[in-house]
Parts: sequence; structure tokens; C-alpha cells
Amino acid sequence: MNEEKKLEELRVVIARHRRWDLIFLIAGVLALMIALLTFMALFTQMLIDGMPRLSWDFFTSFPSRRPESAGILSAWVGTTLVMLVTAISAVPLGIAAGVYLEEYAPKNLFTELIEINVTNLAGVPSIIYGLLALGLFVYQLGLGQSILAAGLTLALLILPIVIVATREAIRTIPIVIREGSYALGATKWETVADHLLPYSAPGILTGVIIGLARAIGETAPIITIGALTFIAFLPPSPIKNEFPFISFEWLAAPFTVMPIQMFNWVSRPEEEFQSNAAAAGLILVVMTLAMNALAIYLRYRMRKKIKW
Amino acid sequence: MYSKNVKSTCEKISRSTSNLQYSYKRHIKEKVIELLLFLAAFFSILITFSIVFMLVKESFAFFQQVSIWEFLTDTQWTPLFNDAHYGILPLISGTLVSSTVALLVALPLGTTIAIYLSEFASYTVREITKPFLELLGGIPTIVYGYFALLFVTPLLQIIFPDLPGFSLLSAGLVMGIMIIPYVSSMTEDAMRSVPMHLREGSYAMGATRFQTAIRVVMPAAFSGIAAAYILGISRAVGETMVVAIAAGMQPNLTWNPMEQAATITAYIVQVSLGDLPHGSIGYQTIFAAGLTLLLITLIFNILGHLLRKRYRQAY
Repeated sequence: MNEEKKLEELRVVIARHRRWDLIFLIAGVLALMIALLTFMALFTQMLIDGMPRLSWDFFTSFPSRRPESAGILSAWVGTTLVMLVTAISAVPLGIAAGVYLEEYAPKNLFTELIEINVTNLAGVPSIIYGLLALGLFVYQLGLGQSILAAGLTLALLILPIVIVATREAIRTIPIVIREGSYALGATKWETVADHLLPYSAPGILTGVIIGLARAIGETAPIITIGALTFIAFLPPSPIKNEFPFISFEWLAAPFTVMPIQMFNWVSRPEEEFQSNAAAAGLILVVMTLAMNALAIYLRYRMRKKIKW
Repeated sequence: MYSKNVKSTCEKISRSTSNLQYSYKRHIKEKVIELLLFLAAFFSILITFSIVFMLVKESFAFFQQVSIWEFLTDTQWTPLFNDAHYGILPLISGTLVSSTVALLVALPLGTTIAIYLSEFASYTVREITKPFLELLGGIPTIVYGYFALLFVTPLLQIIFPDLPGFSLLSAGLVMGIMIIPYVSSMTEDAMRSVPMHLREGSYAMGATRFQTAIRVVMPAAFSGIAAAYILGISRAVGETMVVAIAAGMQPNLTWNPMEQAATITAYIVQVSLGDLPHGSIGYQTIFAAGLTLLLITLIFNILGHLLRKRYRQAY
């Protein structure tokens, strides 16, 4: 009789815990749904608001006081040029630092300091980078509110991302590859340049794409360096008719970028400008989503294909 | 015959010396490359140093004109008015209130998602969901700001008719949802790195998945989860565009999320949009504000570091 009672109690306890399990399962699915549904809402809202504004003219017009004729020409050109500067400066530097930390660095306090520092830099709010750039690039180095200053600012911002991606990609290469290379008499750099970098290229590329996708959407640091929000002209063309055919004047030109153009439209009271903002946001989201999706796909393929 | 032999020997010797030269050159090249790579790595330290230097330098100039006491205790922040007050408290209150709202959304939801994905979900669900969450984290913050102002605020105004057009509540809510992917993916990584045999032991004792997740996996993954939370907090405190767009730019000493108020970051944006001359006190205020922001994130980072050290689990 007593045994049976105990068994009964035990069953109640088990049932209760099973119920908790189920409740949590539902909570988990709900939490996931909230996150995904918000994204759906965000996307649909912008699609409804911005879709009517999307046309060829929107891409080929300068911003204007009249919302219906305003476009994003100067913004997308600016974004492209700034990203060019960012990629050219951050990618080699980030890869070099990653290679050093992973392959060359001796195990000492100083290396550890660099490592901790890179981790911490990744956590510094982006607007702080903007303040650094305002003080250093804009005034100290006299670059002004130029494409060069903006590109370098974003380069600093994504540097930790590139470094970490490089290190992770190199770390997954098994030691036998290095040993084989050294056994054939290759030096350290030859091993790095001929083996480690090519094999880790997809991983590094993934990190670079994610970093650039982040840089495209960054608004705060660029506003902080004092970028103008209303630019109705293009920077000077990098290609010239006469010798030497290439000009770097565009580096010093004032500019605007997509997120700043969008911010400018969002903060206007007229409702027509809001649909311009939605259209610009839509392009921005599609661009960053496409880049991130490409990165995720690359990583997925890499994980599947490479069998050391 | 003899001369031929000599010739070949000479050739051999000359080749070996040139080889020596070659190997010497190779050595130099190696060292130069190593130095270059080291400089690239060292550059990251330079960045940190210049951030601190720049903020401290301009803040120092600022504190020559405004006492630290006034900065910390004055309850008004009106540096651009004729009757200038330099009390950082209103900006700090705005930052803390919006961050708290964001974290109240992001930490529970992010943790729940992480536990679900790591302990409950099937392989297929996890493989499909994780990329989606990552994509969510890649959306530019300015887009979230637009969403907060034009979608969430009107929605909230249906529930709370008194809610103003700018509010810390709607900015905080959207910021929270924005941070979810960061928290959930880092928490999940931490939980997944807990060795399987701990779970198996727990299941063998008859524990359910929920019990295992809460009482075994989470304590074992504590240091990773703490890192995820700290990152979430840093994100919330340093987030700029969402609050600049949706929470308004009016410094306001309040602890009520239903009001509008400026955060530290929003103030920096507001000043940067204007045209302040280099070296003026208005220009210096944004560096003082930035330094405050950096110190706040630093405090949380140190706290997290201590927590991790204290509760680090070894298995």
C-alpha cells in the first residue's frame, strides 16, 4: 500500500517535470518566433513603404528638396568608394595581424596583451571609433570630412573582425601541412604564403565579407566625423582622360553614404521622405543580407568540402 | 680533362657561395616579413592607445573649464545653450533606461532561444534557424531605428495612448530584439561546448532535458554565457542609431521608459550633425561624453571578467 503511494507520488513528480519540459519547449519556439516575426514585420513594413519609390530614377538622381524626385546616386557612389578604401586598408592589415598572432607570435605576456586587446576592440562601441577618427583623421592628420577619413574609420572598426576570422581559418589547418612544408625546406613565410593562406582563403573571405557588410550599415562613426547629409554632386572621377589616367582626388572629396542618406530622410517630418527612407533602407537591407548570406553559404560549403 | 674537372669544381664552389648568399638573403627576407607582420599586430594596440589618448586629451581640456563635480552631479545637460549646464546624469539615465529595456528583452529571449537550439531542437531545425538569426544580426542599426520610429512606436501608442512620438521604451524594445542574435548565438556556442558526458550523466539520473539544461549545462557554460551577456550589455549601452532616431534627442533626467530622453550616444550624434568649431567647449563635450561611455562599457567588461574568473569551471 505504502509502495503504491510512493509510486503514485513519483509519477506525479515525473509528470510535473515532463510538463515543464514541454512548457519550455513551447517557450523556446515562441522566443524564436518573436525574433523571426519581428524581422518579417520589419521587412514587410519597408517593402510596403519603399517599394513604390524603387525605380531606375531613384538610383540615378541626387537627393532633392522634393521627395518625389530625390534619389540615392551620391549615396551609393559614396558607399562604394568608402568601402573600397575600407577593404584596401583593413584586409591586408587584418590578415597580416592574424597570421602573426597565429603563426609567429611567441607565447609571452606581450602576445597575450595583443590578443586581449583585439578582443576588447571588438567590443568598443562604434561611435567611439567615430570620435577617434574625428580627433585623429579629421583634425590631427588634416584629412577633413573626406572619403579617405571615412574609409579608414570603418577599416579600424572591422579590423578585429578580419583578424579573428584569419586566426580561426588558419587554426583549423592541421599541423601536418606545416610539417610537410618545413620538411621540404620551406621557410616560415613560404609555408604561410604557399600553403596556409591559400587553404584558409575561404575562411578569411567569409570574415572579410561579414566585416564589410557591417561597415556598409555603420552610420554612427561616419556621422561623428561630420559627414554632410546633403550632397548633390559626385566625387571626382578616378579615371582621367590625360596622363596618368588615374586620379586620387576622390579620396579627399566630401561624400555621403547610404545609411546617412537614410538617416537624413528618416529625421524629416514630411511623410513622403519616409518612403524614400524605406526605399533606401530596403536596398541597404538587401545588400547586407546578400553579403551575409554569401558568407554563411561559403562557410557551409567549406565545412562540407574540406576533409583534411 | 684536368681543366674540365677544375672548372666544374669551381662552378660547384661558386654555386655553393651563391647558395650561401641566397640563404642569407632568404633569412633577411624572413626577418623583414616577420617584422612587418608584427607591426600589423602591434597596430591594434596602437588603435586602443589612440582611442584612450584622444578621449582623455579632449576631455582634459573640457575638465579645465568644467569641474568633475559639476559634471557628475548637475542634473541638467545643456552645453549648447546660453545658460550652459554640464551635468552628465540626464544622458546616463537615458542610456541606462534604454539599455535596461533592451536587456530585459534580449537576455531572457536570447537565453531561451539558445537553450532551445542547443538542448531541444533537432539538427535540421538548428541548421536552418542559426543562419537566419545570424542574418538578423547583420541588419544595419539605422534600419532598426526606422522600424522603431515608424512601426513599433505607433503600435505601442495603440496600447499606451499617452506614449510620445519618441520614447525610450520603443527604442529599447527594438534594440533588445536587435541584440537577441548576439546573445543567443554566443550563449548557444558556450552551451554546445559543454562535454556530452555531463548531459549523459544527468539523463542517466533521470533528469529531463529542461532540468539538464538549467542545472547542468548552464552552470558548466557559465563563463561563456557571462561573456555573451557582457557583449549584449556593451551593445545596448553603445548603440547609437536606434536611440538617436526613436528616443529623441532631448536630455531628460528620468527613469521612466515612457518618456523621451537622449542617451550619451544620441547626444554625440546630435552635436556631430551640427557644425561645431574644432576646439570649442561644445566640441570637447562629445569627447567627455565618449569617455564616460567607454568607462561604462569598461566597468561591465571588468565585472564580466571577474565573474568569469570566479566561476570558471574546469572539466
